Amino acid sequence: MKRFAAVLLAALMVFAMAACGGNANQQSSTPGGDAGNSTPGGGNDTPAPAGTVTIKVGGIGPLTGDLAQYGTATEWGAQVAVDEINALNGPVRLEYDFQDDTGVAETGVAAYNTLKDWDVDVIYGTTTTAPCIAVASETFADRYFQLTPSASSPDVTANKDNAFQMCFTDPGQGIAAANYMKDNNLGTKIGVIYNNGDAYSTGIAQAFADKAKELGLDVVATQTFPADTTTDYTVQLSACKDAGADLVFLPIYYTPASLILAQAKQMSYAPVFFGADGMDGMLDMQGFDKSLAEGLMLMTPFNASATDSRTATFVESYKKLSGGVIPNQFAADGYDCMYAIYEACCQIEGVGEMDHSQLCDALIALFTGGTFKVDGLTGTGMTWLQSGEISKAPVVVKVENGAYVNA
Amino acid sequence: MSFLSNILTGVSLGSIYAIIALGYTMVYGIAKMLNFAHGDVIMVGAFMCFFATGRYGLPPLVSVLLAVVVCTALGILIEGLAYKPLREAPSLAVLITAIGVSYLLQNGAQLLWGADTKTFTPIVSGSLSLVEGRLNISYVSLLAMACCLVVMVCLTLFTSRTRMGKAMRACSEDKGAAQLMGINVNSTISMTFAIGSALAAVAGVLMCSAYPVLSPTTGSLPGIRAFTAAVFGGIGSIPGAFLGGILLGIIETFAKAYISTDLSDAVVFAVLIIVLLVKPAGLLGKYVPEKV
Repeated sequence: MKRFAAVLLAALMVFAMAACGGNANQQSSTPGGDAGNSTPGGGNDTPAPAGTVTIKVGGIGPLTGDLAQYGTATEWGAQVAVDEINALNGPVRLEYDFQDDTGVAETGVAAYNTLKDWDVDVIYGTTTTAPCIAVASETFADRYFQLTPSASSPDVTANKDNAFQMCFTDPGQGIAAANYMKDNNLGTKIGVIYNNGDAYSTGIAQAFADKAKELGLDVVATQTFPADTTTDYTVQLSACKDAGADLVFLPIYYTPASLILAQAKQMSYAPVFFGADGMDGMLDMQGFDKSLAEGLMLMTPFNASATDSRTATFVESYKKLSGGVIPNQFAADGYDCMYAIYEACCQIEGVGEMDHSQLCDALIALFTGGTFKVDGLTGTGMTWLQSGEISKAPVVVKVENGAYVNA
Repeated sequence: MSFLSNILTGVSLGSIYAIIALGYTMVYGIAKMLNFAHGDVIMVGAFMCFFATGRYGLPPLVSVLLAVVVCTALGILIEGLAYKPLREAPSLAVLITAIGVSYLLQNGAQLLWGADTKTFTPIVSGSLSLVEGRLNISYVSLLAMACCLVVMVCLTLFTSRTRMGKAMRACSEDKGAAQLMGINVNSTISMTFAIGSALAAVAGVLMCSAYPVLSPTTGSLPGIRAFTAAVFGGIGSIPGAFLGGILLGIIETFAKAYISTDLSDAVVFAVLIIVLLVKPAGLLGKYVPEKV
């Protein structure tokens, strides 16, 4: 019996691993994920015409663990772009691999080392802030160009000339939110609820508080919670309600926000809720009661229900790749990253003869040169500052009848 | 009024902790092992209910029963495959296995159902409005308190009145002697796991109805809290788990409301440390001197 059980368990484990591997291949048609495995794979590779330069782009992000939904979104979003780019048969082809960092800094560095063994040219990632800071200090020392779709802390790019962001920085969002509230007279008394165990949330909330003070906005309650696993927000909501807040700013991710909306309804508290880009994705949560989000306002660079043809094509291809999942802004930022890298590489002369550090310097010069502009899903005419921060206009949307409309 | 509403929130949260803690404490009392996979059984139970109501449109009661049946079977399966072969192994090996099972369940769930958070449809909705609407109690909270009381009374009666219950108590006191008296120790332990897992399913459904988000890691944190509650009340003691759970819920809610929303966990665990310093066996635990 004992032996039988052991054999069964072992068989289960092998099966589980096989299932994992199979899955990853289906999802992304990437080269094998194991350390040291440097054979480029991918079923959709057509032989490159002569004179085409191949750039190896290595992505990093959480594919397993708590944050897996963000990592897979950036992985698939970029995959859609890579497939489109390679179908163009342009002067540059992208070869794409994506490694799992589980959202942990140490694993992120290990994933980066795996990509180095694969002779990577450009690093795409990482998805989340903490590993991104760790990986960026490595790429800075090793001279690899790095573009993150979604790690939004200013620490990611601070003192590193090689690190660039596709998303807004956290303080940038806080300031934009305060300006928007002031310009549109959204509320007279403002409450803030944020996660003070999270760099993203704290970064936005602090910049918002400073800007609100400067603009003379009346912030009547500032409440915090320690982690996204918190489930009870009645205390924080009561404080906002008792202070008479008619506008509540929620610079947090959508999972806790969905609970806050539900609990506010239970308390019959109905202020205007205003969120940052982390709120994007709430409407696509399985089983979410969309009526709870009615009237919610949020800043997001991407609207999957937009009708322009590029967005529609992207949503279509993404759904095919992900098995029906609707892309969020993480996916769209990933898509834009690939086009930014592609278009930049097309503009650099002699890109085929460069090693990764020469390419890194050339890309930095181009990105900060002032003339390089990218049109993507998350903005048109996007440019980058010297600091690595992106410059694009924030878009505020409002939820009406379960869908985004421009506010 | 906010004081009263905080008490109610605390008791209802504590009731859910208590139901989870009962599972921990029973398994510990009989098998002398910490079943760290207990929290993940909660998650599986909640997912079963989620799919039954959300995808197949079954009525809430049927979904809950389905979740209970699946979790009971899962509990027996885990015990048979992972813990039974280690009956004579050192307790550390069993502990590590339990952690392994916990990871297996979490990652298995992630593989099957994805890591994205889902919104759970509560099995009962709405709330009771008292004192001209100044005091709101949701029906889920009332249901959690009622369930907790019923479960606690049934378990006490079960362990004190029935043959199977007596066998459990005998096993918990001395496995060797129980076996000599003709009690099938193995099946008694399996039975305990079955009951504990069924309770986990109930707790999972209640918890996700009260706080309607669901992901593969949903069970781990409440699992740890409930384990704390079990230790707090005296691990191995059924009334102890009940008391520990309720107190933990109340302390947590009060710490949030009157001290700080950030420090609530710190306060909870500080209280635990103080209690264990004064009463090392927990509030209602029996102190058994080790024979050397």
